[in-house]
Amino acid sequence: MQEYIIELSKYFINIFMVLYTITCFYAFRYREERQRRGVHVVQTILMVIVQILCFLNLSLSGEDIQYLLFFAFILIFLFATLTMVSMIYEKANRFLLNNMCMLLGIGLCMIARLSFSKAIKQYVIVLVSLIISLLVPYLIGRIHFFKKITWLYALLGIAMLSTVLILGEVTHGSKISFSLGGVTFQPSEFVKIIFVFFLAGALWEKTSFLRVLMATVIAGIHVIVLVVSKDLGSALVFFIGFVFVVFVATRNYWYLLAGVVGGSGAAYIAYQLFDHVRIRVLAWQDPWSYIDNQGYQITQSLFAVGSGSWFGMGLLQGNPTAIPYVDADFIFSSICEELGVIFGISLILICVSCFLMMMQIALCIRDRFYQMIVYGIGIMYIFQIFLTVGGGIKFIPLTGVTLPFISYGGSSVMTTMIMFFIIQGIYIRLQEEGERRVVRNTKQQSNRAEQSDNE
Amino acid sequence: MSEIQNSKAIEQSSQTMNKKRNSNMDRKRKVRSNQLEIKLTASFFVILFLGMLVYLGHFVATSEQDMINNSYNSRQEILLSRNYRGSILSRDGEVLAETVLDEAQNETRIYPFENLFSHIVGYSTQGRMGVEALANYYLINTNTSLSNKVANDMAEIKNPGDNVYTTLDVQIQEVADEQLDIYKGAIVVTEVKTGKILALVSHPNFDPNEIQDIWDELVESDSSSILVNRAMQGLYPPGSTFKIITALEYIRQNPETYENYRYSCNGFYAKEDSRINCYHGANHGAIDFERSFAKSCNSSFANIGMGLDRDAFAQTLEDLLFSKELPLTLTYAKSSVEVSEELSTDEMMQTSIGQGKTQITPIHLNMITCAIANDGVLMKPYVIDHVENDEGSIVKSFKASSYGRLITEDESAVLRELMTAVVEDGTATKLDGLSYTAAGKTGSAEYNNVKGDSHAWFTGFAPAENPEVAVTIIVEGAGSGGDYAVPIARRIFDAYFREK
Repeated sequence: MQEYIIELSKYFINIFMVLYTITCFYAFRYREERQRRGVHVVQTILMVIVQILCFLNLSLSGEDIQYLLFFAFILIFLFATLTMVSMIYEKANRFLLNNMCMLLGIGLCMIARLSFSKAIKQYVIVLVSLIISLLVPYLIGRIHFFKKITWLYALLGIAMLSTVLILGEVTHGSKISFSLGGVTFQPSEFVKIIFVFFLAGALWEKTSFLRVLMATVIAGIHVIVLVVSKDLGSALVFFIGFVFVVFVATRNYWYLLAGVVGGSGAAYIAYQLFDHVRIRVLAWQDPWSYIDNQGYQITQSLFAVGSGSWFGMGLLQGNPTAIPYVDADFIFSSICEELGVIFGISLILICVSCFLMMMQIALCIRDRFYQMIVYGIGIMYIFQIFLTVGGGIKFIPLTGVTLPFISYGGSSVMTTMIMFFIIQGIYIRLQEEGERRVVRNTKQQSNRAEQSDNE
Repeated sequence: MSEIQNSKAIEQSSQTMNKKRNSNMDRKRKVRSNQLEIKLTASFFVILFLGMLVYLGHFVATSEQDMINNSYNSRQEILLSRNYRGSILSRDGEVLAETVLDEAQNETRIYPFENLFSHIVGYSTQGRMGVEALANYYLINTNTSLSNKVANDMAEIKNPGDNVYTTLDVQIQEVADEQLDIYKGAIVVTEVKTGKILALVSHPNFDPNEIQDIWDELVESDSSSILVNRAMQGLYPPGSTFKIITALEYIRQNPETYENYRYSCNGFYAKEDSRINCYHGANHGAIDFERSFAKSCNSSFANIGMGLDRDAFAQTLEDLLFSKELPLTLTYAKSSVEVSEELSTDEMMQTSIGQGKTQITPIHLNMITCAIANDGVLMKPYVIDHVENDEGSIVKSFKASSYGRLITEDESAVLRELMTAVVEDGTATKLDGLSYTAAGKTGSAEYNNVKGDSHAWFTGFAPAENPEVAVTIIVEGAGSGGDYAVPIARRIFDAYFREK
């Protein structure tokens, strides 16, 4: 009986995951939050089904009640998030909220499978992040000096990154984190938020050459500090975020070209200068020749994806822990191995739909400052996914960044959640402005109507 | 006056109004204007991700097996801890390898034919070889029904792995093995039109049942070459069988006039300081092209070889996959040959008759023979026919696939005629006058300077006019191909046609 459920749940997980993914794109048929309400209900149901099946599979294979208990906590979290956010912020974007919950649930399930103690840690961090994030839309709505402290963002960002560079701990050959009271922080994650605010602040009003040049210098310092810390993945995320925000803020295609040329040049120089960059490229070009050392991670990751095939081996049936740092950098490969490549592809598509929703929101915003924030967050979010997924399947060289919401890592999940709630805050502002405008317009119209009546 | 002023004032006011309108529009455009750029970047990332997903899908669709089979992949052990290895069977369902479970569920891998299939079926305990390596993925995976899985799970026993049906024919393999007898050497028998490997023998062989006990001995002693599959990895001088290729090149370079070729053989050919003798000092007299080939006249072929354009020859050798990857899934060695302007007269003379530095594997020579027999098109040799689950339903079947054309149809027709002449009135007359017709080429490849020490070669096919089966034989150190290899070919052809 047990075997039947395990075997069948594997297929049903994939089916419901695909259905959920379809709703993510179906939602784009409607522009108004109100019209999407039906889709959101369906999404919530499918989300719960996928979670139930995943944990059913996990607890039956693992033959351990602890997974079910953990699942109960996850369900509490999901319902709490969905109801609390809708209660506090009526006009929140339910689409992004649903997807965030879906991704967090999948991530917690996979981390629980890899290491139960880490999953509990992650759960606590997710709760703390939620509490912090719930304040964010309120602050976005009330505080008006965000636009005015551009240079403070720059200073703060560079200071935080430099502190890590000087005082940070060396983990796996790169300085990216430091401990404070037993908790390890990875500041480059939090600086992403500050960096986006800096870019938006620097470019929303004026886009003269001088402005762009100054933004370039500040962004350049960020990137260089990250490269020196050997945090190549974050350096790339910052760089790409910068190039695209400048492009859209200035609408100058030459800046885009300059970014591409400059980026390629910098990559070439880094390749010549740094050993660890060369090794990454080497391991990407031909991992099989270096299977014992430089190519070990990537080949183990490929084994996982290849062995899992379309429907996966089933939770706890594979061997994803053979990949070093699987819970952070290679969680996508472990998902492909045990839940299947169909599941993995659906997961990526859900992330892409989040990105598209962010772009759609950006299109509606008239205030250039907030538009650039939403746009910048969207670009950095999607590009980070591209780096981690592409690196894990040997599409591009490995850079070692996390998969937002899914990977184990407190700084990553907290940062991404705050980013999502910043967008929520801006979205709520947008909705409220829209309503005011509608009210104003109808007033004007009625005035006009009165006037014409008088005539 | 006032009218003019008025009109000016109107003009001015209309101008300011225009300006206002323009600036209003400007502001609007400024706000909405970067929509195109945002849409562009969104599309860019969507395309990037689509590309990545296509790559991922392609990777999964094409490399699942390679990933599981790689010895660095620890998931093999996981599969083996859940399933026991499936069986390997001959083409008519005789068991060549199976895993037997005793009451305590201990697994033993049994090879009922002992030494007979040692190299082609291989072994699976000390590393893996042969079909055991090639089909490993299928053997350790299970496609048994869900109800069986449940029942096995309840009983806490392993699931049966899938069974692999090969193209191997027990009768032909037995004859080939028997005929090679105590000699070292190799025999390859393939179906011309499909590329199915019917038999593959390599001597000396070993008993895979005892591989664990004899392993150290096999690896440590000089006799470790027992483990080498001579048919796939043995590199031999091709000797006179290479004249097929020299003849092909002569036809290519002289398509109109090759039939007018005449040569007067005095038993040797000399140029500069170099000299080549005919085998065992034979003297062939006045001969034409066909007779040179049928009688395997070294002097005449050295003469032909010296007249060939070497660049074109090198191109032909490349076409025939010398020094290149062969379309094979089993482990093999690459054949090697050198023809270039830098080659000395002596080296070029030697190369033309298959001596010198040239080396070829029996399987490669068999593939060239198959292409000649199959109107110039090479079918990829294969040994796994299909895979079934333990209940007999087919999981996957493999079809014959063409590698492509090696030589033109006309060239293959001419070569078939030449090879028929070898049987009718040449060095392989022991195949003449049977219930079937055959064609081929013999070879006696000298491997040291002592006279008479030569490997006996034969490569050929039958029936001559509508070829079905190709046989390639090498008997190490036996003597002339006509005396030692051709009779073996006859027994194998006999067995093939008897079975039909």
